[in-house]
Amino acid sequence: MRRSRTGLAAVVPLLWLAVFFAFPFMLVAKLSLSDTALAIPPYAPRIDWSRGLEGVRTFLQGLDLETYARLGRDRLYLDAYLSSLRLAGVATGLLLLIGYPIAYGISRCPPKARQALVMAVILPFWTSFLIRIYAWIAILKPAGVLNAALGALGLPAVDILNTETAVLLGLVYAYLPFMVLPLYAVLDRQDESLIEAAQDLGATPLSAFWRVTFPLSLSGAAAGALLCFIPMAGEFVIPDLLGGSETLMLGRVIWTEFFANRDWPAASAVAIVLLATLVIPILLFERQQRKVLA
Amino acid sequence: MRRGPSAFNLASIVLGLAFLYAPIVILVAYSFNASRLVTVWGGFSTRWYVALLHDRQMLDAVWVTLRVGILSATAATLVGLLAAVALVRGGTGPRRTALAGGVYATLVMPEVILGLSLLLLFVAAGLPRGFWTVTASHATLTLAYTTVAIQARLASFDRSLEEAAQDLGCPPWKAFALVTLPVIAPAVAAAWMLAFTLSLDDLVIASFTSGPGATTLPMRLYSQVRLGVDPKINAVSTLLIGLVATGVIAAYLIQQRRARVPAE
Repeated sequence: MRRSRTGLAAVVPLLWLAVFFAFPFMLVAKLSLSDTALAIPPYAPRIDWSRGLEGVRTFLQGLDLETYARLGRDRLYLDAYLSSLRLAGVATGLLLLIGYPIAYGISRCPPKARQALVMAVILPFWTSFLIRIYAWIAILKPAGVLNAALGALGLPAVDILNTETAVLLGLVYAYLPFMVLPLYAVLDRQDESLIEAAQDLGATPLSAFWRVTFPLSLSGAAAGALLCFIPMAGEFVIPDLLGGSETLMLGRVIWTEFFANRDWPAASAVAIVLLATLVIPILLFERQQRKVLA
Repeated sequence: MRRGPSAFNLASIVLGLAFLYAPIVILVAYSFNASRLVTVWGGFSTRWYVALLHDRQMLDAVWVTLRVGILSATAATLVGLLAAVALVRGGTGPRRTALAGGVYATLVMPEVILGLSLLLLFVAAGLPRGFWTVTASHATLTLAYTTVAIQARLASFDRSLEEAAQDLGCPPWKAFALVTLPVIAPAVAAAWMLAFTLSLDDLVIASFTSGPGATTLPMRLYSQVRLGVDPKINAVSTLLIGLVATGVIAAYLIQQRRARVPAE
């Protein structure tokens, strides 16, 4: 009785997600099978409802895989695809390496300090993403803050703005809170007596860490890795502002196809390819979150 | 008993926070720099803030952004509250699975894909792009965040309080409104803040779904950033950072104070 009542609460959010999330994806899929056209909106075919069923049939006959074939023939798309996955993968690895010691360090602190530190990690996330990436331009540009600092130390200047290094730096910087928080959540919940037991049995602190703490924190590492990898693979702002023209990532390709080239079918097809690649990580992430909920 | 932090632990925390905050500190500092050059300190000045006040386009964009943020955050919080109730209390039917699937998929979906798909929806529906399409899109983007934030609080709420009210003859919806809602109110407020900030910040989805006359602040900033570093951007960024930081810290302190009162 009560169960079915509270089930009703799901109706509005489900309708919302159906209209604004699920249905639009079908439109993207449909458009990826269409062709570009000099029209407004710039694609064909469109359903001619006035001709009824006949109109729908003509429309369906007009759909083909030509756009995907076009993507396959052009090296640019394959390169963008591979470099998106590579950069997101490398950045995820770096985030694990950098985020783990921070999360672990926070979990070692006294409770009051822990709360304040978690807050300190979250706070930058609340300040504008665009602005934080923009701040790096002023730091990394040839006459920027970094080179002024290097110069003051008598070190040679570096020119990394508009390179892949800058993109990686930006990715790690922007997504660090998303890596630290899930890691901290599992490390904080860990039962300290397990470590004590290991040490009572003669384990050194280091081996107790590697054989008890670390394996038990892997679920947090997986959550953090997925939470970072998936959006990073489709990232637009960071490669666009910090990367050079040669840094191709799919998010940027979709943006360019759409806004600069007005090639909506190509943008849609790239989006579908990106989505197909991310489906498995997304499902993994959902399964993991459901386990946390249960 | 927890061991205290080692020197290595402390060093990781300090370096990590320095990495997170250095760019923000530099940005804020240079918004008060009289010189146009980033590397030259020309003395303290508020000239960029004054210049900002005369930038009509920037002010219009701020106004649009605030309105979109308030409306979309309110919608996302209301729908997210319903979604959270359904997720926490709705049993394990297919509806719940679909809802959880949709929520977590939106949470990690690359914004470019979300923006493109929403744009196609508005084009297919024949809606002119502008203020309302951005607002609806932002509500969709932030719905997942509000749901997760409220749901986490609702899951730890002691249901027996609500049941007691019902046993005393209170209808379920009233018991929820009078007993549960006041207790989870800080989480609902935090969810609203989160949604508002995300909306304030979004460039990608706004660019896809906005139209003439509804240029948001990130869109304006982005078009200026592409032209190079402009100290006026530092000034507007500093104001934004100050606004959001104040809000977040206030929300945090309110929650801390409530947490100390053993209300439950």
